[in-house]
Amino acid sequence: MERTTLDFWFGAFVLAGFAALLVLALKVGNLGAETPSSTYRVQARFDNIGGLKVRAPVRSAGVLVGRVAEIRFDNDRFQASVTLALDARYGFPKDTSASILTSGLLGEQYIGLDAGGDDKKLADGDRITLTQSAIVLERLIGQFLFNKAQEDAAPSK
Amino acid sequence: MPKTWASRRPEAIIVLEGSRQGVARIGRHFIDLVWRVGALSRFLVLVLLASGTSFRRFRLVVREVYFEGVQSLIIIVVSGLFVGMVLGLQGYETLQKYGAQESIGVLVALSLVRELGPVVAGLLFASRAGSAITAEIGLMKATEQITAMDMMAVSPMARVIAPRFWAGVISMPLLAALFSAMGVFGGYLVGVVLLGVDAGAFWSQMQAAVDFRYDVLNGVVKSFVFGIAVSAIATFEGFDAPPTAEGVSGATTRTVVSSALVILALDLVLTAFMLRQG
Repeated sequence: MERTTLDFWFGAFVLAGFAALLVLALKVGNLGAETPSSTYRVQARFDNIGGLKVRAPVRSAGVLVGRVAEIRFDNDRFQASVTLALDARYGFPKDTSASILTSGLLGEQYIGLDAGGDDKKLADGDRITLTQSAIVLERLIGQFLFNKAQEDAAPSK
Repeated sequence: MPKTWASRRPEAIIVLEGSRQGVARIGRHFIDLVWRVGALSRFLVLVLLASGTSFRRFRLVVREVYFEGVQSLIIIVVSGLFVGMVLGLQGYETLQKYGAQESIGVLVALSLVRELGPVVAGLLFASRAGSAITAEIGLMKATEQITAMDMMAVSPMARVIAPRFWAGVISMPLLAALFSAMGVFGGYLVGVVLLGVDAGAFWSQMQAAVDFRYDVLNGVVKSFVFGIAVSAIATFEGFDAPPTAEGVSGATTRTVVSSALVILALDLVLTAFMLRQG
């Protein structure tokens, strides 16, 4: 097959395009970062999940150990039922507690896991029973005002 | 004899007549638009039916990729660099007020990969390559080369239109990816090299925020769709152009204008779909 200059430029163009895609995937995107190959799923019920979203990080001691896989509303208990996909490399005790935290003052919400002391480990399909809901700023302020009002009212009695 | 309303106020007739003509003109434009959409769809089907030849004789497509893609490289690379640098400067200005200047990488990468890369590269591609395709096909028609091909039993659809169409479809995603990559590099130049944002935080925050599946791949899908739209419009306008100098110039203008509008409208629709699943 004869080689022409056009073929060279076509090849160079296609290579440059795919190189750019590769850069976008590996350097800009998270494809280069190790994605957990196998995960196990545990459930947790929360009274209020605040602004938690699917794919939000799950961290323990600040390290990414999994992601939120699914968020449902449990209509029997009127609670939010959150499914966490945890990296299979990390095991957690059965009495691990999950709380919804915020990274920074205005940052995204994530789930923090605090390991307990149980010998048995969480397995696929287990439920985390110790949970702490997201802090809703309006309720916090409301509570503070309520307490303040009670304090002010108390001495006059 | 009772005076009629019209005879008393003849100027009202003139106003009425004028507005009637205005309405008629709007109607004509609308009918023309509907006709064009229909003709474009039929044209697209004909192109797809005739594309077998372009893949059997891939050299035809390679030649067009050279003219449409390779020759657009300079404008795409330089614009990408500048857009990224401007995003870096503007973003730094605002983010620094909140002490979040490290997020500059996230801002630059997400806006480029999701939106600006495909859209701006599409607009540039429409004005750089789309207008050239229209003018070329229009002139071939005006100088009766298309008719001559038909006479020689060479299908102009397979020999002229389809290779140009597929070259555009192939080139557009590659150009958009190059645009985004250059933009991120421009943001890096301004943010890290010029303004002194920490390089580690710049890249790591970017990697944490940009998802391959939801951001990078969706951007590629967008640029692919824009490639189909721009190529279809450009080849159609050229094929449909009246065979006069004026006709070709009008068709070239219409290619750029309608490509731009279609890209922006499609972008809205695609973004709405992609964000819902995300």
